[in-house]
Formats: sequence, C-alpha cells, structure tokens
Amino acid sequence: MGSRPEAVAPPEIFYDDDTARKYTSNSRNIQIQTSMTERALELLNLPKDGVPKLLLDIGCGSGLSGEVITESGHHWVGLDIAPSMLDIALDREVEGDLLLGDMGQGLGLRFGMFDGAIGISTIQWLCNADKSFHNPHLRLKAFFTSLYKCLTNGARAVFQVYPENDDQRELLSSPAMKAGFSGGIVVDYKDSPKKRKEYLFLVCGQEVPLPLPEGRTEDNDDSGSETNKTVHVLDRRRPWKIQKNNKSEKGREWIKRKKEQMRRRGDDVPPDTKYTGRKRKNHF
Amino acid sequence: MRLLTHNMLSSNIKGVVNGFPLRIEAEKVVEKNVEMNGDFLKKMFEKIEWKAFVEASRGMGYTELPEEADSSMLDSNEFLNRFHHALLELHLEEGALVCPETGRRFPVKKGIPNMLLHEDEV
Repeated sequence: MGSRPEAVAPPEIFYDDDTARKYTSNSRNIQIQTSMTERALELLNLPKDGVPKLLLDIGCGSGLSGEVITESGHHWVGLDIAPSMLDIALDREVEGDLLLGDMGQGLGLRFGMFDGAIGISTIQWLCNADKSFHNPHLRLKAFFTSLYKCLTNGARAVFQVYPENDDQRELLSSPAMKAGFSGGIVVDYKDSPKKRKEYLFLVCGQEVPLPLPEGRTEDNDDSGSETNKTVHVLDRRRPWKIQKNNKSEKGREWIKRKKEQMRRRGDDVPPDTKYTGRKRKNHF
Repeated sequence: MRLLTHNMLSSNIKGVVNGFPLRIEAEKVVEKNVEMNGDFLKKMFEKIEWKAFVEASRGMGYTELPEEADSSMLDSNEFLNRFHHALLELHLEEGALVCPETGRRFPVKKGIPNMLLHEDEV
C-alpha cells in the first residue's frame, strides 16, 4: 500500500490484464471512482436543458467513469493507452466509443467538438518520462493545447489528480494556463488526509470563479487559511510537567474540540448534546 | 467506433497539415440499436463535417444519405432517422483508418482504433 502506480511502471504496462481485471472488480475502487466522477461532472456544470452533451473522457480505462456519464444522460468518447483496460471496457459493453491513444502525443481531434472533458486519476501519468524520448513538459503542452482546441468555447475540463507536492501541481497547471485555459485547483476535504481530493479545474476561453470545495465549514475561509494554519512550534516545547498535567484533563472542552476537528475532515460525528463528555454513574 | 467519433478524429502525425478526414477501410461493420434523440442530433448536425460524413458512411456500406444537407432537412423525420442510423448505430468493428496525407494506417480492432503514434511521428 502507499506506492503510486505511476512510480511503478508506464500505464500501458502497469495495467496488464491481471491488474485491469482487479482494478475493475474491486468494489471499493468502483465506489471511489464513481464518486470522483460524479463530483467531476458536478464541477463541469453542464447546462441542464435536457439535451445530451458530448463529453471526452481522458484515461477512460475500463469505463467506470464512462458509465457515470452515460447514467447522467450524456454521450462520451474515451481515450486510454492501456489495451487491457479497454478490453475490459468492451466486456462491460460501455456506451461510449473507445480510442487507443496516448494523450501526451496530442489528441488529434477536430476543433470545438466537445462540450466538456473529464479525467479521473489520469494526468499525473504525464509527469513521468517513461521512454527515453519523453519530455513531460512537451507532453503536457501537447495534451493541453490539443484539448483546448477540441473543446467548445466556455466548455470546462475537470481532472481529478493526486499531486505529490506543490512542484507537481505547478507542473500540471502551468501548461494548461499557457494553452489558454483559466482555472485552478479545487481541493475537497482539505483537512482530511483520507478523503482529500484535488481537481484541476479548467475553463476554455472564459474567466469563471473557482467552485467551492466540499467538506468545508464557514469558519474555515479559504483566503487566509495558508497563513492562519502555521503550526505553533513554541507550544510544543512547554515544560514536561505542565504537558503531563494537561494530558489528564480530557474534559468536555477537549471532546468538543476533537469532534469539531473531525467534522472539519468530513467524518460522521454525533451531534453535541448535554450528555457530551458527561461521566458515567458509579454503579458500585 | 461510430461515425460520430470518426468525424472528429484527424491524423495527428507530425508535419501533417490536413489530417482530416481519415479514409475508412471497412472489413466488418456491425449495427447496434440506439434510442434516438432529436435535440442531440440537431446539435451534432451543426458540428458534423457533412461531406466527410457521407463519404465515411459510403465506406461503411450505407448509401442512403444525401450528398448535400442543410439544417432545414432536420424537420423531416425520414432524414433524421437516416442521420441517426449513420451517426450512432453503425459501428466499424474491424478495419483501418488511413491518413489522407501520409497513407499511414491506423488499425481498428474490436471497434477500437489504435491511434498510438511511433516515436518518429510525434
């Protein structure tokens, strides 16, 4: 656990028949992929006029995300580099058309055809140089410029990503901005290490304010959060005795604080009542 | 692969100026029934390159589309049915797509075109 697939092998080799089958039959994985796709569709904010839209699914894999698109009533075309994943998509009889292709080579699609694009856990693969002639910067540039071309004006593209660090965030978003997109990164469940999800949110040709992330309470406003969240290092160096005294006091206040913390992470927490933090009766 | 997708694909080889439309070499064509949606068809009609579309449908063995079409024809149900059939129901299952400029063949297997480029084509 913990190792990133893109650090192991190139996508077309990592997703061999065996991995592709496991990937698509794991119910937890299906659930995560589905909820991320639903969130990405929500961020796409397609006009709700009842007319089906044509979407592009980059790195469609076995079609898990495509099924969500079909369910919401839209048509889609999927692109992936791993033949084994596409084979599984065929077995599952997905509705969209599938293409075997490498997004880093540019998309080769005509101008203004698509009403939106999504990519679930896809574009971080572009940050790696898997072959000697690969250059991540050039591949990202080719990808984003060709993507910009094939979207209609005002269309959005949402990519769920797992960036390793700020450098990778920059590596991913700067070629997108250079290609003409506006937008940024939306972080859902910022405070929860497990539920935290990042979406690269891009708009074609228009300036649109970034959508609000999920899993955030009002007091936690975005603008100053980076500076407010500095850790107070000094507090940690209190004398040993005081520290020990504080530890034994896990009273009502402490419980409330912890519950608040968990709520901010988006966990299910029972509500605060008059019973919260009360001592049990001494029965003996 | 449906003709809808074919009408969007162009050859992406380095140096190719006009890689559209790709010529279809059909070996096996299958038909799958899809529910018709008039609004979607009308929207796609504006985006479709009609000449390439008619040529592609002939390549797949479907000859009932008119040479020229304009948006007034969309009111006719018969035309809509044909357009729908060619656009969404015909699938190229086995065959190839050929780049109009270089003649490079992109094989289509099990309905999936292989658009991967070689190292020297990027």
